[in-house]
This record gives sequence, structure tokens and C-alpha cells, in this order.
Amino acid sequence: MIPLQKIHSQFVPLPMENVDTDQIIPARFLKATTRDGFGKNLFRDWRYENNDDTKPKADFVLNQSKFSGEILVAGKNFGCGSSREHAAWALQDYGFKAVVSSFFADIFKNNALNNGVLPVKVSDEFLAQIFALGNEATITIDVDQQTITIDATGAQEIFDINHYKKTCLLNGYDDIDYLINHKAQIEAFEAQLG
Amino acid sequence: MAKTLFDKIWDKHTVQKIEDGPSVVYIDKHFIHEVTSPQAFNGIEKRGLKVFRPNKVVATADHNVPTINQHLPIKDELSRLQVEQLIANCKKHNVELYGLGHAFQGIVHVIGPELGITQPGMTIVCGDSHTSTHGAFGAVAFGIGTSEVEMVFASQCLLQTKPKVMRINIEGELHNGVLSKDIILYIISKITSSGATGYFVEYAGSAIRALSMEARMTICNMSIEMGARGGMIAPDEITFAYIKGRQFAPGAAQWEEKLTEWKQLYSDEDAVFDYEININASEIEPMITYGTNPGLGIAINGHIPVTDTIADEGERNNIIKALKYMGLESGKSLLGMPVQHVFIGSCTNSRIEDLRLVAGLVKGRKKNENVQVMIVPGSQQVAKQAQAEGLDKIFKDAGFEIRQAGCSACLGMNEDKIPAGEYCISTSNRNFEGRQGAGARTLLASPLTAAAAAITGVVTDVRTLNPLTP
Repeated sequence: MIPLQKIHSQFVPLPMENVDTDQIIPARFLKATTRDGFGKNLFRDWRYENNDDTKPKADFVLNQSKFSGEILVAGKNFGCGSSREHAAWALQDYGFKAVVSSFFADIFKNNALNNGVLPVKVSDEFLAQIFALGNEATITIDVDQQTITIDATGAQEIFDINHYKKTCLLNGYDDIDYLINHKAQIEAFEAQLG
Repeated sequence: MAKTLFDKIWDKHTVQKIEDGPSVVYIDKHFIHEVTSPQAFNGIEKRGLKVFRPNKVVATADHNVPTINQHLPIKDELSRLQVEQLIANCKKHNVELYGLGHAFQGIVHVIGPELGITQPGMTIVCGDSHTSTHGAFGAVAFGIGTSEVEMVFASQCLLQTKPKVMRINIEGELHNGVLSKDIILYIISKITSSGATGYFVEYAGSAIRALSMEARMTICNMSIEMGARGGMIAPDEITFAYIKGRQFAPGAAQWEEKLTEWKQLYSDEDAVFDYEININASEIEPMITYGTNPGLGIAINGHIPVTDTIADEGERNNIIKALKYMGLESGKSLLGMPVQHVFIGSCTNSRIEDLRLVAGLVKGRKKNENVQVMIVPGSQQVAKQAQAEGLDKIFKDAGFEIRQAGCSACLGMNEDKIPAGEYCISTSNRNFEGRQGAGARTLLASPLTAAAAAITGVVTDVRTLNPLTP
């Protein structure tokens, strides 16, 4: 995993609630056997008319050149529904390093973290402040300090992430490294479990 | 100290608690399927690892498989490659595979329980959010992502943060025509599609105790649709009777010992839950959804909310957007609305009991000529049992199309899709935009409500269906 320490970027606003993983990446694109190339189908059915990638829907944010950046900002309950990690792969492959929302679905949150995409949970008020910003505005996310800052106003919130996961993100470690380093303990546990 | 059912199982499987971090949780049973496992196999191979405990992994092909002519090669090339890769990976890593053509093949959450693999007290995971189904047996069962599938391959463990615990008590007797699907759709409509996020849910109360295992599985299955990490029900005599004698259930020699162990699996009287909800079973009517998340449901004889009266702006916008997609109007009843498709299947409602209920209603009747009805048994064993009971003949006589086992039109990964703009009453679990095919409009309901619509061609309160004249 690539270490993630700080993100300073414009953002793409998606002010919709309950964005489910079927919208992030529809099921028909789950037939791949590698993790690569999902970005082109990110939000496929919101992004294109009739599944035709020569016909982008002008009103969808990913098709509007004024919006860009490494941060996606979305309404509450982002990533609900299916456990498909392809959703996190699609966001990452598209170029997003963080998703900001006031509420994340559990499985998506784990999947994102396991792929170095940082879910940043903020208050409803802070989220509203971000949505009210112009498209030129930038946001800074500092993983070590656990802060998210609106650069223009200086408004800042502290977000939650446990110490273990933070260490993983900052250094690019993943959970499998941790688990295979604890094989002996796992084997001993199995023996007593019977 | 008094413990909840969840805590008893979680604590027993905790290898280590990382300070200010997750726990290392040991997994007893890992189910895999063709869609969320290939990248995990690639991952461990890149690290030079083998599957750590292959005898604790069970595989099947379900999401991507055709539901006709399963004996022929899969036509869709990408689907075929994915299924072939599952076969190759299982062979290479000594994982038991119940693939196409195997008598045990079927939807992963149908076959685990019916083969007796799923047992009380276990920790069970699968790269599929509906793994919560197995919680009906008093197991801690939850869906995981592919990186987590890789973790379990590598170590038979997962790093997980302990969720909070919620109990939902449902007391009293259900009305006629109300099934367990209506119970869970009712709960989700009350607490919303994110209302249980961060929690593991235990379902309890006299109405739950009275349910069969199939009905309990339907409830636990949809726990994820309110955001819960999983759902579970304490095992009892109904659970033990269901498991006994199944293929991989404990044999006679271990049965008594297992039973003694399983009988300890309940929430202690003084156990404290982080949140508790009480519901009277008599409040629940047959349910149907009108929107694009499973929380947007109403009693079948109710009305779609009037959007102007919804105070919360976010919620109001959600419902306006959903109604636009669904082609439905604020404040209206759904009764009498024509539907073009009925789908009876999925890990929620494709078990033998579901098929029996549907057959009981449609026996001697014909489907409406304007509706296409597809019935997809959850497994080869369900299909075989349905044949043995003559249910297939009832369905054929009614004009239903009977398919072979798989996930099918629940998520439309194979050819089984609903055309854009058309309505489908579906016994599945998700009504998200495009879930059953791009532009498809899904109305979630119970098998009885689906069967009633198959007969009438319109959204129907099953309780008002005219009895057959002798």
C-alpha cells in the first residue's frame, strides 16, 4: 500500500445521500479478475447516457471540468449496500485519495482504508460548509494530525481514526503484514480453541 | 459478568486486542464465490503464501452463473473466465468447491445452512454483504471486502473493530399474510437504511421465536440493508432440529456435546445492549418498497409519503429523486399498479419454504398474461426438493418460468435482467437504481406478495386475493 500522509486538493462535490456501491460501480463491471481499471466505470450509470461512454451526462459532477481533485465530498451514508471492494478500487483508480462525508457505511469504510483511500467523517455542519464553497476552493487533510481544513476560511475539524489504522496509512502497511507476523499466536489460539 | 450472545461468540474468537486498534478475530468458516475472490487469491500468491486453512474454506459459483443450460459452457466470456478462475484457484489451494454441475451448488447463503456447514457459535465470513444470513443460527456472520478475504486466506483471521450491539424485540403474533420478509422490511422502514450502522443486531421476542429457520434467515439476511454489520438470533430447538442430520452437521458421536455447547448461546438476562427497539408484531402489514433503498417501504395498503410534508431537506430530496427514478407519485397508493415482472429468488427468499408458500398460493391458478414470472431456486438441492414435492409442476401450470440456481436477477450480473423503465416485484433484498438492470424499477416484497402480483398482474394485497372457487 502507498503511504498516505497529507492531501491538499480541490474537491468534487456529490451532495447526495445514501450513495450505494451499486451506483459507485454497477454489478455488470464486477467480472474482472484483477484490481485494475475500475476508474473508467466509476458512477457509470450517473455518468453516461444509456451506458454509452461517448455520451457523458452534462449535469453529473465528474463530467464538469470545473470540478477536480483528489477528494470526493458526498452526502451521508456513503458506500452503503454491497460489500464489493471494487467500489474502493474504482474511486482509487479514478484518482480519489479521500472521501469526505458525515456518515459512512461500515464495510465500505474498511474497504477504503484497506486500499489507502481515507474516509473522513465530519459533522453535518462542516459538510454543509464544504458544499457551500466554490469550485476553486481547496481542502487540506492531515492524516497524522487527524485534521481536515477548509483552506480559505481556516475552518477545521478533527476526524476519528484509530492509532493502528493511522500507523498503517502513514507508513503504507496493510493488515495482512500484521496478521502473518502473528502466525505463531494464531496457531496457539487455534490449539486452545480445539 | 452478563454477556450478550454476540459478546459470547466474539470474545471466544478474539485472538488479540490491539491497543487503540481493532481485534484479531479468528474465523471458523469462510465462504467464497467467483466475484470477490480472484483478486484475493492473486494477492496471497503475490506474497508467496498458500491458503492457511483450506479446510475452513468452502466455495461455490453463484453470482455470475447463467440460470439456464448450466451444463453448457458459459456464453459470456468474462463470466466464464471468472468461474474458470475460481475452479483453478480452488484446485491449486485445495479448497472445496461446489461449482456448476455439483449437487451442492447454489447461492452461498442458501447452501451453507442447508448443508449443515453453518452452525451456532461460529464466526463466519464471506466476501458478500448478505453473509449476515448465517446469523439466523446464532453465529457471528458478516460480509467482508476482498482485501479481508485475502486476510482470511492468509491467516484465518481478520482485523475488526468490535461493533456496538442492538437488540430488536418483536413480541406478539403476526397477522395472516405477513411473512418474515415483511417484518424486516417494516423494521428497515422504521429505522432507515443507515439506522443500524455500527451495530450488530440480535433479533428476539416471541414473534421471532415462532419463526422457522428459513424465515429467520430472511430477517438476518437483510440486516445489512439497515447498515448493520450483521444480524443474529439465539439458537433454540427449531435451530437444532433444522441442523440435525444435514450433510456436514455434527454426527451422532458429537451431537450431544455440541448441543450442550449451543444451549449456552443466548444473551444473559442482565446483558446490556447499546440500543434496544421494541416492536409489536400486530403493527406489521404486508410490506412493499416504493423507492431506491430498502428503507423506503410502506404497508401494501398504505400510501407513498407526501414529499411536501417531509421536514428534513436531505430526506425529502432523497425521496423526490427516488420517486423520479421509479416513475411514482408522492402520496399515492401502489395497489392496482401494473407490474411487468415478478422475480422470486435470491439469498433472501429462494429456499424451499419460500417456494412452498408461493406454490400454495398459485396452485390451480394462472399468471396474468402481462407479467413475466421467473422463479429461481436458491440451490440445486432446493430445486430437487421442489421437484420431489411437485412444486415445479404447479409453477409450470401457472405459467412461471423455473430457472436453475444462482443469484440471477437480484443483481443482474448474468443475463437475467429487468428492462429499463419496467417494474419488477422482487423477493430480493435491494431496490437500488439499476440493481436489476440499468433503469429497472424494483419493488421489494415477500414471496406471497410477489405471487399475488404474478396472478393479478398488479400490485395486490395478498389478503384480498379472491379464494379459488371449488
